[in-house]
Amino acid sequence: MFHTALKKLLSTALLATTLLAPAFAQTTPDAFVRQISNDVLDTAKADKSIQAGDINRIIALVDAKVMPSVNFEAMTRSAVGPQWRSATPEQRSKLQAEFKTLLVRVYAGALTQIKDQTVEITKTQPVPGGAQMVVQSEVRGKGEPIKLDYRLDKADAGWKIIDVNVGGIWLVTSYRSQFAQEISTGGLDGLVAKLVERNKAASGKN
Amino acid sequence: MSRPVHALRQQACAAALVLLLLGGCASMPGAGTGTATVGQKADPFEAVNRRIFAFNDAVDEAVVKPVAEAYRKWVPSLVRTGVGNVLGNLVDVWSTANHFLQGKAQVGLEMGMRVLTNSVFGLGGLLDPASELGLGKRSEDFGQTLGRWGVGPGPYLVLPLLGPSTVRDTVALPVDMQFSPSTLPAEASGQFGVTVLSLVHLRAGLLATTNLVDQVALDRYSFVRDATLARRLNQVYDGAPPLESFDDEPAEAPEPANPAPKPATVK
Repeated sequence: MFHTALKKLLSTALLATTLLAPAFAQTTPDAFVRQISNDVLDTAKADKSIQAGDINRIIALVDAKVMPSVNFEAMTRSAVGPQWRSATPEQRSKLQAEFKTLLVRVYAGALTQIKDQTVEITKTQPVPGGAQMVVQSEVRGKGEPIKLDYRLDKADAGWKIIDVNVGGIWLVTSYRSQFAQEISTGGLDGLVAKLVERNKAASGKN
Repeated sequence: MSRPVHALRQQACAAALVLLLLGGCASMPGAGTGTATVGQKADPFEAVNRRIFAFNDAVDEAVVKPVAEAYRKWVPSLVRTGVGNVLGNLVDVWSTANHFLQGKAQVGLEMGMRVLTNSVFGLGGLLDPASELGLGKRSEDFGQTLGRWGVGPGPYLVLPLLGPSTVRDTVALPVDMQFSPSTLPAEASGQFGVTVLSLVHLRAGLLATTNLVDQVALDRYSFVRDATLARRLNQVYDGAPPLESFDDEPAEAPEPANPAPKPATVK
């Protein structure tokens, strides 16, 4: 008797797991964004050194909580534009690494502003002509709400972030003109050199 | 209204007329090549704009920024919050009007309630109890209203001392100025005082942002330009501008044996 009850319980548990597993892998876009933003906000609120702008702590937070959900290659590719096709593997990895350092600094600047805000997801809509989704949210606190949107791309393992919009400005997109300028004067290596120089100068100030 | 304001209004109208003509001509030349980014295409006056941008930077570095830093350092944050609330409450009146001009009655009513609440229960706008009651701030200006009415932004402009703008927003600026808190004092000196206080308060609130831009921009001019244009477009559409394609590049390089015909672009 006891044996069959246990067996039944086990099989139910097994069934539940197999049913739940794919459901978990195919999280809805807004649930995906809600989880990441709550995760980051909670960590930032609890950590005084993050609020103070400790760049190393913020890099650790980004690496742990954000990077697994980001397609960083797509971000860099999009910012670099058509020249990406002719970039060597070395140039590509250098561009990615330096661009990441730069974007983390932008992100760090935003995180230091966070105190008692909450995030509300306002709208989820598909981008016309593709598998991408845009999840819109608002960071609400004192004063005007801050818009915080995510552009998501469907990958095998679930959704991946490919651009973030802070206060109406798409981060990756807003680097396109600047990248294009650098590439037109100094080529891809010129762009890498400029990014390295920019990151060095900024880290000296922290 | 006192005399100086009247004179200002006439000047502003003249300036708006000139800019309208300028805007009409400016949309004609096809700016940039096929590879130009959205920001570069919207900026046919880049050479002039860059000069004014550099001039503004010099003024900011020499005068405005140090004053804003001193304000932030020496004025207690409680007082600064009060200053921001009072000025903000007056600006909210004009935002409310713009909501109605754009046909957004619901938000307009909420903003009207917000102004009433803060004026009555917030000691004339010194406190902001409306936000606690869920009547959040939703700013609008006349440039956004024109945008809502279908007026495109036109070319990007950097205005002397006033900073990044577009032709449309520059035309709207005199109207916004007519309804800004600085027109309230009867005396010219009072108007000047409120204008200075508004600007210093605004600049102080932007210190963290501009310091960040200094650190992360490869070229501050195009960074500020692209960000300004994107932010204004977003405001005109109340946070939901039409989505562009991501303009992505293919992940893999094309086969070298079969080189894609490159468009002949002269940079």
